[in-house]
Amino acid sequence: MTNFESSQSSRHFLSKAWFIEQKSLIALIVLIAVVSVLNEYFFTIDNLLNILRQTSVIAILAAGMTLVILTAGIDLSVGSILALCGAFAASMISLEIPAVIAVLVALLGGAILGSITGLVIAKGKVQAFIATLVMMTLLRGVTMVYTDGRPISTGFTDIADHFAWFGTGYMFGIPVPVWLMIFVFATIWYLLNHTRFGRYVYALGGNESATKLSGINVDRIKIGVYSICGLLSALAGIIITSRLSSAQPTAGMGYELDAIAAVVVGGTSLAGGRGYIMGTLIGALIIGVLNNALNLLDVSSYFQMIVKAAVILLAVLVDNKNK
Amino acid sequence: MKQPILQLTNIHKSFPGVKALDGACLNVYPGQVMALLGENGAGKSTLMKVITGIYSLDEGDIRYQDKPVRFNGPRDSQQAGISIIHQELNLLPELTIAENIFLGRENTNIFGAINWSVMFEQADKLLKRLKVKHKSSTQLSELSLGEQQMVEIAKALSFKSKVIIMDEPTDALTDSEVESLFDVINELRDEGYGIVYISHRLKEIFEICDDITVLRDGKFIAEKPVSSMDEDKLIELMVGRRLDEQYPRIESTHGTVCLEVKELYAKATHGVSFTLNHGEILGISGLMGAGRTELMKVIYGALARESGDIILNGQIINPRNSQQALASGIAYISEDRKGDGLVLGLSVKDNMSLCALKDLSTGWQLDHKAEATSVTDFIRLFNIKTPSMDQIIGNLSGGNQQKVAIAKGLMTKPKVLILDEPTRGVDVGAKKEIYQLINKFKAEGMSIILVSSEMPEVLGMSDRILVMHQGQISGQFNVKEADQEKLMACAVGKNNNGVAA
Repeated sequence: MTNFESSQSSRHFLSKAWFIEQKSLIALIVLIAVVSVLNEYFFTIDNLLNILRQTSVIAILAAGMTLVILTAGIDLSVGSILALCGAFAASMISLEIPAVIAVLVALLGGAILGSITGLVIAKGKVQAFIATLVMMTLLRGVTMVYTDGRPISTGFTDIADHFAWFGTGYMFGIPVPVWLMIFVFATIWYLLNHTRFGRYVYALGGNESATKLSGINVDRIKIGVYSICGLLSALAGIIITSRLSSAQPTAGMGYELDAIAAVVVGGTSLAGGRGYIMGTLIGALIIGVLNNALNLLDVSSYFQMIVKAAVILLAVLVDNKNK
Repeated sequence: MKQPILQLTNIHKSFPGVKALDGACLNVYPGQVMALLGENGAGKSTLMKVITGIYSLDEGDIRYQDKPVRFNGPRDSQQAGISIIHQELNLLPELTIAENIFLGRENTNIFGAINWSVMFEQADKLLKRLKVKHKSSTQLSELSLGEQQMVEIAKALSFKSKVIIMDEPTDALTDSEVESLFDVINELRDEGYGIVYISHRLKEIFEICDDITVLRDGKFIAEKPVSSMDEDKLIELMVGRRLDEQYPRIESTHGTVCLEVKELYAKATHGVSFTLNHGEILGISGLMGAGRTELMKVIYGALARESGDIILNGQIINPRNSQQALASGIAYISEDRKGDGLVLGLSVKDNMSLCALKDLSTGWQLDHKAEATSVTDFIRLFNIKTPSMDQIIGNLSGGNQQKVAIAKGLMTKPKVLILDEPTRGVDVGAKKEIYQLINKFKAEGMSIILVSSEMPEVLGMSDRILVMHQGQISGQFNVKEADQEKLMACAVGKNNNGVAA
C-alpha cells in the first residue's frame, strides 16, 4: 500500500507532475500576467468580466464539443445549430411566447437536432466528420430559408426584455452568460466524473470494441453526447440572440473551429478517451484572453489570426511532448 | 542426399520472458517441398520471421546458396530470392494485377512515368505460366481468393525467387482452388524451386510434400521424408511427450446442467451442441481459425446467431447483445486484450468496474466508495501488481492486465465464465496464479468454459474437453480418456469423436 500513496502524492500541489498536468492553467496565468504588465486597463474588473462574457459562448460550445471529442467523435454542426435555434427562439419571442417557454423549447430543439446527428452516426455508421459536416451545411441552409436571409428581431415587448436578460443581465454583479457557463461546466464535470454515462464516454473513446464487448450500449452513449452538444449549441444561440435582441442568420459561423481549438488547447486528445472538461474551460479562456489582449494592444485583426494559430500549435506541441 | 539451398541450423531467439526458438533447424532443398509442422506456438511463424529478417536472431546460422547470410528485412530477403506468401495476403484490392505484382518496382522511363505496356506484358507472361485466366490489367478485387493467391505466387516468381514459403496457403481456398494450387506447386517443384509448405491440414502434407520438419516448443524435433510417415506418427512427433507443467487440478462434484447450447448456427459456427455443468471446467481445444472464439462470441451475444438455442439454467436466453448476456449471467473474457478486452488508456479501476458499474452506482450516480472497495478487494484477491488502482492499465505487464480482465468479468457475478486464451502472453508465474484462481471459482460452483490453444493447459485444467474443427465440434472427451494425440487428431479433422458431424 506504500506504492499506492506515493503515486497519489506525486500529484500534490506544485510538484512536477502537478505542473505538467496543470500546464494549460499555468499558461493562462502567465498570459494574464504578461498582458497585465503591457496594458494597465487589462487587469480591471470590468475588462475581466468582459472577457468572461465574451468567452462564454465559445466555452459553452466547447463543453459540448469536449464530450463528443472524448468519444473520438467531432461535431462541426454546432455553429449551425446555434444559428437555427437562435432564430427559432427569436421568432417565438416576437410572437410573444413567454421567454422561459421559448428558451426551453429552443433548447429541446437543439437536443433533438443533436440526437438526429447522433442517430446518423451510431445507427447509420456514418463517420462523425461527414455526418456533422452534412448537418452543418443542411442546418445553415434551413436557417437561411427560415429567416429569408434577414435578421429576426425579438421585438420591443416586455417578453423581449425578459428574454434579453439571458444575454445582458447580471446576477450578483456577474453577467448571466458567465453564470450559465459556470453552470454548464459544473454539470458536465459532474456528468463525466460522477455518473456511469461519463465513465462510458471515456471508455467508448478509448476502445469502442472493448466497450461494446463489456455490455455497454455504445449507440446510446453516442446519441447522448451529440444530443448534449446540440442542446448546448442551442444555449449558446439563445445567449447571442438575447444579447443582440435579434437572431442573425449567419450567427456562429466558424465557431465550431474555435470550440475545437479550445478543447484541444485544454489538453483533450482528438483520438478520444483522454481529456478533462476543466482543461476545456481553461482552453477557451486562453483563446478569450488572447483575443481581448490583442485588441487592447492594438494588434490588427489580420495579425490576430496568425497569433491565435501560433498559440494553438504551441499548445498542442507541448501537450504531445508530455505524453 | 541433395545439398540444401537454404539451411538454418540451431536457431535461437528469445523475447522478454519467452524462448520462442530454442535450436530450431530447417533445410530447404531445390526441387522439393518441405512441410513445416508444429502446434500453435511451436515457433513456425517466428522461424519464418527470422528467415526474412523481420526478427534478428540471437544465435545460429543461416546459409543460403552455400554462403552464410543475414537479411535485414523482407525487402532484403526478397531481393535475394526468398519469398513468403503469408496467410493473409498482402495485396491491394484497388489496384490491377500487374500493379500488385510490380508494386514498388514499376518499370519507369526517365520522367518517372510507368511503362504500362511493358508492365502488363511481363505480368501477363507470369499469369499465363500459372494458368490464371485473367488479363493483368484486371482489378485485383475481381479475383477469387484462390486467384489472388496465384498473384502472390506470380509476384514471388517475378522476383526470380528460388525459395517460396507458403504459410497456410489453403486456409481460405475451395477444393478446386486447392487442386490448381497443387498443380502449380508441382510445376514449381519440377522447375527446381525450393518450397516450404506450412499447414496443419495433414492430408495436404501427404499429398504435396516430399519431406517434413517438425518443431515443438521452438526446438527442432525431426526431419523425415514423408514416405516414412503416417498421420499417427506425425501427430506424435508434433505433440511429443512433455514434462507436465503443474496444473493444480481439483476434482469436480458432478453438478447439474448449467448451460446448454443446442444446434447453434452462425457465420463461423455450424451446428454446435454441448452442455456445461455447474462447477465444471469445459475445455475447448482446436487450432487457430477453428471457430472457437466465434462460437464463444455468439454465446455471449457479441456475434449474430442464425439459429439454435442457448439455454441457461433451463431458460432459453439467446442473447442478442452483450448486455443481455451479462444480465443473464454470462461473462466473456476476450483473447485479444488490446483489441476488444481492455481500454488500455483507462485506469485499472475504470477497466475493472466497466461491466459492473450498474451495481456500483445509485441511480445515475457512481458510488465511488463502493467501486474503490470492490476494486481493492479484487486487486488483493488476484494479487495484481499495480502501484495504485488509478494506474493506467497499459503500463501493467501482460499477466497483470489479464488478471484485471478476469476480475472485470467476475465483478458481474456471472454464472458462466468464458475464458478465451486466459494465459496468452502471460509469464509462467502469473499463469499458475491464474490457474489457481480458475480452480477457486470452480470450487465455488461457477461453470467455466476454457478456450485454449495450449493442449497441456486444456488437459491439465478441464473436466471435459471439446475439440473444434472448421466451426464444428469434432471431438468430445472426458479428461481421463483424452491425451494430446487424440485431441490433435480431432483438431486437424482426422477423427471425429463423440458427436455426429
